[in-house]
Amino acid sequence: MSSPPLILAFLISTCFSLACLLQAHSDKWFPPKTHSGSMVQILFGDARRMFANQLFVKADIYYHNGYYPSLFDQARKPAHQEVADATHAGGGNEEEHAHEHEKEMDFLGGPKNWIDRFGRNFFASEHSHLEKPGAERELLPWLRLSAEMDPHRIETYTVTGFWLRTRLKKIKEAEEFLREGWRANPDSYAILIELGRLYYQDLRDPERARNLWELALKKWVQQEEGKQNADIFSYEQIVAHLADLEEREGNLEKAIGYLEKLVPISPDRPTVEKHLLERKEQLRQRVRQ
Amino acid sequence: MNSSLAIASIVIKELYRRKDFYVLFILTAVLTISLGSINFFNDDRIVRFVKEACLLLIWIALLTIALTTSARQIPMECESRTIFPLLAKPVSRWDVVLGKFIGCWAACGIALLVFYLFFAVISGGKEHTWPLLNYFQAAWLHWVFLAVVIAMALLGSVVFAAPSSNSTICFVVVIGILFVARHLNQVAMQEPEPLSSVIYTFYYLLPHLEFFDVRDLIIHGAALIPWGPWALASLYGMAYALLFLMVGWVAFRRKALN
Repeated sequence: MSSPPLILAFLISTCFSLACLLQAHSDKWFPPKTHSGSMVQILFGDARRMFANQLFVKADIYYHNGYYPSLFDQARKPAHQEVADATHAGGGNEEEHAHEHEKEMDFLGGPKNWIDRFGRNFFASEHSHLEKPGAERELLPWLRLSAEMDPHRIETYTVTGFWLRTRLKKIKEAEEFLREGWRANPDSYAILIELGRLYYQDLRDPERARNLWELALKKWVQQEEGKQNADIFSYEQIVAHLADLEEREGNLEKAIGYLEKLVPISPDRPTVEKHLLERKEQLRQRVRQ
Repeated sequence: MNSSLAIASIVIKELYRRKDFYVLFILTAVLTISLGSINFFNDDRIVRFVKEACLLLIWIALLTIALTTSARQIPMECESRTIFPLLAKPVSRWDVVLGKFIGCWAACGIALLVFYLFFAVISGGKEHTWPLLNYFQAAWLHWVFLAVVIAMALLGSVVFAAPSSNSTICFVVVIGILFVARHLNQVAMQEPEPLSSVIYTFYYLLPHLEFFDVRDLIIHGAALIPWGPWALASLYGMAYALLFLMVGWVAFRRKALN
């Protein structure tokens, strides 16, 4: 009377009907989250941030041609990510910075015993950086994967944007990636600074660069002003860029306004003050004429 | 020696009759080619990422082949009772151990050659440079590493009850040595006595398998390893392999086969 295929068909149809019924109510019982999340988010959850950081470190390892402190070396002395540091070039005394970095990367020290001495023949044991022109492309997969893992890791976008536009001359790709970062982090002033640089230095579009930097300044003020550990470095960058842009565009009054903001925070105060006086003098002459 | 070579030839035949190598090679090739075809910022000259992935897969595949092949050799002979007719012939237990070792090592050598040829083609095709001597050094050191691993697994196959437990234990030990051995002296320095001395003893006694892992040098296009240290590392590895084989042989001599 009852054949197994019929029972099976009955069970399948019951399951299907039940699933359809439950699906209709599932939204009430388990309200959907506003951000449903990508496959990466579903698979890794919050662990993806840890992976993103690890992938970013991997880019730094590549930047040093594999010469990098292990977990054991880092336990003694935390490592510094130079792949990111390079984007800050010009922010201070570069020679001093290079010397500091050299000292910091001497994590191996002298050989401690014969195994240590002998073993150094078989791994990268001398400090070096990517040197061949265009070799920086090797960092890109890790940076891209890091951004995939954690789209809210702002440094990944700014660092990638920096390498893409300065060394690899991939302006279009840099712009797309920075915009992707901006979409994921609409309040990030750091991404806006880098995007502004791209428009100003690479695409020669001062209008857009101005808009971006002014927006960056607005965001910085909203987020950082009044904070005890405010990100002064970024503020200095925004103001310095705007001062330079306005000066080149001939808007001396605006340039002077930004230079006045720059004087108290600049690490090279005398030079900025001198520059400010020169611009003021220039403006006076212009008014007289 | 002739009987050892005869046993070795059977082990080699076994490798190419089994599916392990083919499956792992196809998996490595498919994954490497898929990774190589990913487009990062419209740059088709990115190569180190692919080299790293390919070498990692090669290391995993060869370690798996070496462990699974060598761990089951002696237990399989005992289980199927073919060990008795084998030892009834003028074949000593040392011949069996040595033959099994040579067979597994040679079989892994053939697999290693195929894997490294594939690696050279993939990296050369993308990089347009052919540092063949560097590849030779890396492949040779890898092969010496496999000799130590195979000897270790053969010793384990006499000591441990089942091939599965032997493979797992050897796998954990090898991975542990690869990751930690180089840093044991740093750990020892931070520990109080007598723990410090115990860790130092391990540091000096363990086979430093990390000497044979020169993937980073290959990935980042480093210069050739000086030939002196390279030859010494080979001798160091062979000495450990011989030591494990001897201990394995001694254990096998005392082992009751039924």
